[in-house]
Amino acid sequence: MIKPSQAPWLLSAPALTLYATFLIAPLASVFLISFFNFEFYGGIQVAFTLKNYIEILTDSYYYEVFARTFGVALAVTIACVVLGTAEAYVLSRMRNPWKGLFLMVVLGPLLISVVVRTLGWALLFGSTGLISKSLQSLGLASGPVSLMYTNLGVGIALTHVMVPFMVISVWASLQKINPSTEAAALSLGASQFTVIRRVIVPQVMPGILSGAIMVFAMSASAFATPAIVGGRRLKTVATAAYDEFLNTLNWPLGSALAVLLLIATIIVLISTNRLIERRYGAVFN
Amino acid sequence: MSYLVLNNLTKRYGSTAAVDGLNLEINQGEFISLLGPSGCGKTTTLQMIAGFVEPTAGNIVLNGRDLNSIPANKRGLGIVFQNYALFPHMTAAQNVAFGLEMQRVSKHECADRVADTLKLVGLAHLADRYPAKMSGGQQQRVALARALVIKPAVLLLDEPLSNLDAKLREEMQLELRSIQRTIGTTTVLVTHDQSEALALSDRIVVMNQGRVEQIAEPYAAYEQPNSEFVGGFLGKANIFKVQPEPTSTEPSVRIAEAMIALEGVPMPNTCVIVRPEKILFSTPHPAALPGKMKTRVFQGNHWLCQVQTSVGDVLVIRQNDGEPVAPEGALVHLRWRAQDMRPVGSAD
Repeated sequence: MIKPSQAPWLLSAPALTLYATFLIAPLASVFLISFFNFEFYGGIQVAFTLKNYIEILTDSYYYEVFARTFGVALAVTIACVVLGTAEAYVLSRMRNPWKGLFLMVVLGPLLISVVVRTLGWALLFGSTGLISKSLQSLGLASGPVSLMYTNLGVGIALTHVMVPFMVISVWASLQKINPSTEAAALSLGASQFTVIRRVIVPQVMPGILSGAIMVFAMSASAFATPAIVGGRRLKTVATAAYDEFLNTLNWPLGSALAVLLLIATIIVLISTNRLIERRYGAVFN
Repeated sequence: MSYLVLNNLTKRYGSTAAVDGLNLEINQGEFISLLGPSGCGKTTTLQMIAGFVEPTAGNIVLNGRDLNSIPANKRGLGIVFQNYALFPHMTAAQNVAFGLEMQRVSKHECADRVADTLKLVGLAHLADRYPAKMSGGQQQRVALARALVIKPAVLLLDEPLSNLDAKLREEMQLELRSIQRTIGTTTVLVTHDQSEALALSDRIVVMNQGRVEQIAEPYAAYEQPNSEFVGGFLGKANIFKVQPEPTSTEPSVRIAEAMIALEGVPMPNTCVIVRPEKILFSTPHPAALPGKMKTRVFQGNHWLCQVQTSVGDVLVIRQNDGEPVAPEGALVHLRWRAQDMRPVGSAD
């Protein structure tokens, strides 16, 4: 006989086990390894040293990698906010057969592997790719244009991957809006644009911000897209950590990079969340 | 010349007509109610006046100007929605100020008018509160203030009181009426609540299935319903089938056992409506309808009685004047005056 007080624990036990085994344990070991020592000829040595962190924090190369990671993540977030919010609003105003169809079109990319989608972008971005060829034939570019191995290319491909999450988040917020508020604003003399700017956007702000948090966190830690479009030279923190693990075999340094990325992302997310709660807590319970 | 005129206003969705050839003339400063059951077309009518729904045929003329070609945001009408539709991210004062900002009224004048209007609806002390932290009645007042502050040509109220509890609704009825009288704005109220329509309006437009059943002042609509529908919708009504009584010396009608002399009242065709409060308990009499007291419910200031007769259950309302009312199961006799019978169409 199961006591009622035990039921929640028993029901969440499978999920807890899963998380403990595949999330908490690896995270803990990464955290531990980040303090280990690494010698080029001796390999990984169990120790406690801050060497790896000091190396990262004193090397301007890593500052560049972190700056690129968060810079691209921020740009992708802004692009997703603009595109995703507009897209979700247009979707919400569509009539029914079209609404479902276009929602499928928007969310469809999620059904395809990120790697496959990114390889598709690589085909478009290359110097002999579709974008380069069309620009040349239109006379807009004199020579081949390659977006491969550029921040812009990484940004575009990442935005494509992330927009659906933004749309879902804003969509959920839009569903909660009282449609009469739009009619009320119109009756008070507002133009359609003013209605969107003054009435709709402020009401979906919680959705926009939670979508932005999601997109930012996922962009900052994205691996496949920066690895394929950015290549080996244009490193982000995730690809740099990957290289330390699998190429130089410097696991401690790679772990330290991963830990710093996690900490930086958490700081950004928590402070944004604070901001949202302070700004909108009083308005939307 | 009427202020707001609806000419043959029609709205069809596919083959069904939501509003079917509505004609209505409203005078400036008048308080009109569109009353009817859900689906009668009253809300569609309001939305056509507001500009949210385009009429299939007919037109709306406001102060000599045809509104059909004017979009909703240029009509300058004030609307109070059923669910208030307040902007949740703005305080009460910001909500009220929104319409003035759209008119580019100067900051100083805007602040004055917002304060005045909030005072008018009795909410001056809650200007900085967000709608989520207000009661239904307070939100209702903000919505009213927001619609009134722009000095609308017409105030449109869409079931504004239906989300309030009974006591608050009565309070708001009185207040709405006094505010409307104070500022004199032409007002169109949409409601399914007959007591609301009776309490507030100068005239009531009773609608059914997209058509107007009757347009009359509240007292006349209640006392002289011109159809069984109006009689049944506005208040409680007993409907009796009548037969002319040829054996009588003076013009009379028969309702089951009761033979009622018409005393100059025109001969009804088939049916009459008798309001429950017009029926008296009497001693046995040829003009009285005998019956058995089925149930009686005490409601403080009156008794609500259901009397079983040979023509079905009859509803009787008796003022609680201290006189005892017959107990349940007792034999009673019901009488009413000839002029309290209002002839209407058939009872089929």
